[in-house]
Amino acid sequence: MATNVFVYIDHFNGQAVGAAWEIVGAARKTADALGTGVTAVVIGQGIAGLADEAIQHGADDARVAEDAKLKDFRVEPYASALSKILKDAAAEVLLLPTTARTRELAAVVAVDLETGVVPDLVGLEVKDGKVVGTRPIYAGKVMERVVVSAKPQIFLIRSRIFPKPEAQAGKKGTVTKVEAATGESKTEVLGYKATEVGVSLTDAAVIVSGGRGVSVNPKLTPPAEITDEHQKEVWRAQQGFALIRELATVLNAAVGASRAAVDAGYVPYANQVGQTGKVVSPDVYVACGVSGAIQHLAGMRTSKTIVAINKDPEAPIFKVARFGIVGDLFDVVPALTRELKTKMGK
Amino acid sequence: MNIVVCVKQTPDTAATVTVENGKVSWGDAPLVINPWDEFAVEQALRTREAHGGKVIALCVGPEVAREALKHALAMGCDEAVLVSDPGLLAGDSLVISKVLAAAIEKIGAVDLAFFGRQAVDSDTGVTPAQVARRLGWPALTLVAAVTALDPASKTISVDRALDEGRQQIKSPLPAVVSVTKQICEPRYPSFMGIRKASKATIPVWSAADVGLTSIPAAGLSWLEVFAPPKVETKVEMITGDTVDAVAAKLAARLLEAKVL
Repeated sequence: MATNVFVYIDHFNGQAVGAAWEIVGAARKTADALGTGVTAVVIGQGIAGLADEAIQHGADDARVAEDAKLKDFRVEPYASALSKILKDAAAEVLLLPTTARTRELAAVVAVDLETGVVPDLVGLEVKDGKVVGTRPIYAGKVMERVVVSAKPQIFLIRSRIFPKPEAQAGKKGTVTKVEAATGESKTEVLGYKATEVGVSLTDAAVIVSGGRGVSVNPKLTPPAEITDEHQKEVWRAQQGFALIRELATVLNAAVGASRAAVDAGYVPYANQVGQTGKVVSPDVYVACGVSGAIQHLAGMRTSKTIVAINKDPEAPIFKVARFGIVGDLFDVVPALTRELKTKMGK
Repeated sequence: MNIVVCVKQTPDTAATVTVENGKVSWGDAPLVINPWDEFAVEQALRTREAHGGKVIALCVGPEVAREALKHALAMGCDEAVLVSDPGLLAGDSLVISKVLAAAIEKIGAVDLAFFGRQAVDSDTGVTPAQVARRLGWPALTLVAAVTALDPASKTISVDRALDEGRQQIKSPLPAVVSVTKQICEPRYPSFMGIRKASKATIPVWSAADVGLTSIPAAGLSWLEVFAPPKVETKVEMITGDTVDAVAAKLAARLLEAKVL
């Protein structure tokens, strides 16, 4: 069967990203609507296993570009390999998850093939034989529906929009090796400095988030050696975030933060949720001492259930919350941690 | 160093953005330099301050986008160029990247082109990598720190803020660099800078001026814009006599609702 829908399997050092199989599921659905098949594309080194996994998750077949030169992701050679595969197959549609890598990969492939590219989809449907993408613009204040007029139609889909399909053990498909190194990269990856983000914010089913309120625990006295007022505040906030982390651990949740908390230096930028941070859509979002500024809401308001803990009953966060507690987070959060630990048998 | 910084004009992030008659409207909210691009301008200025050379601010947009360039000049850029052409107003990133790349080539002998990581209106973040591809330069996107820059050997080393951590990468120049907010704190325009910017002449180039004989076709077509569906949430306030009672009640409600 000729396949026209291609899906790129994004991975970090051979490990598929959280949303990879969700996007294979989206590709399956799209191909079924178009009456065609799904080809998974895997590029890198030591990644051949991902092709079989993609087939088990719904792809019909796979193309694999494997080469030692493709060990580290660099957009230039990866894009050259992907563009060639798509061009040779006259692909109609390319779907990818939305990650830092795929955003630039898809952008460059769009230039190579002179076509349109649409990132951050929250909806994807087939209408009159065309793929239609829905995405937020202006930080989610407005939505747009977009089609790509040229081929392939390139769309990047956000995490947790499509369900992850069950893997069908033993499902087989043809895996074709393609020539890989069609372009040299001038850049050299020197290494990675890991950040302490823990559970990935964009993939997390549960997020516990802290705001500026996390630093205002009057009951805590910073150690005498800290004399600087700002450092005292940061110290207080770090004790507060320790409580948030304990709750997050019980819930196997990621830790988020408001911009106010990041700008004040309490937590790294990698934890920021909002317009200028990460956009998340977990099942449960627990906002502790987060007032709910419009820029923060832009990053989390599509969460399925929002729990707000804030001592200000007028805080805007309560307007989007399903459950609210007006109270001191320094009392409520540890009590909730204890309670859930017992109830969830941890 | 010959440095270009690409800027876009967008509505302020505090603006109330709505859909009116099928079009996006931000009322009378001010148009500003895209907030992410202020970080790019600042990094361009710091690069010039450390290594010499000049910084040229470049913008594709309508005539009013001149104001965004004036902001860049007021911050300290040496020159500014506006590429404006009626045919470009409906352009997507495929078109804009082509125009920016052509303008950078026309400026000539550019070592570094800085961008903000994305624009706060369309929020796509794809243009920097597209410009790099068109120029045949390395794309260093999401840069959180420039750790080394050597004009003599024409190399740059940067830290990129990726999902898995900070990637340290070394690249030859010329290169495209898109920056995140971790890279620096943008300066405010000085009084002298504002005066200088108000008197500056900003040349306007057409698509033909940058060597494009025809306006390229956009890769996208927009079917519609619409207000996000209103989610009616009614908050259930959890109260009780003690903190433990409140916590127990919330935990019970969360487990009952099967959201955990």
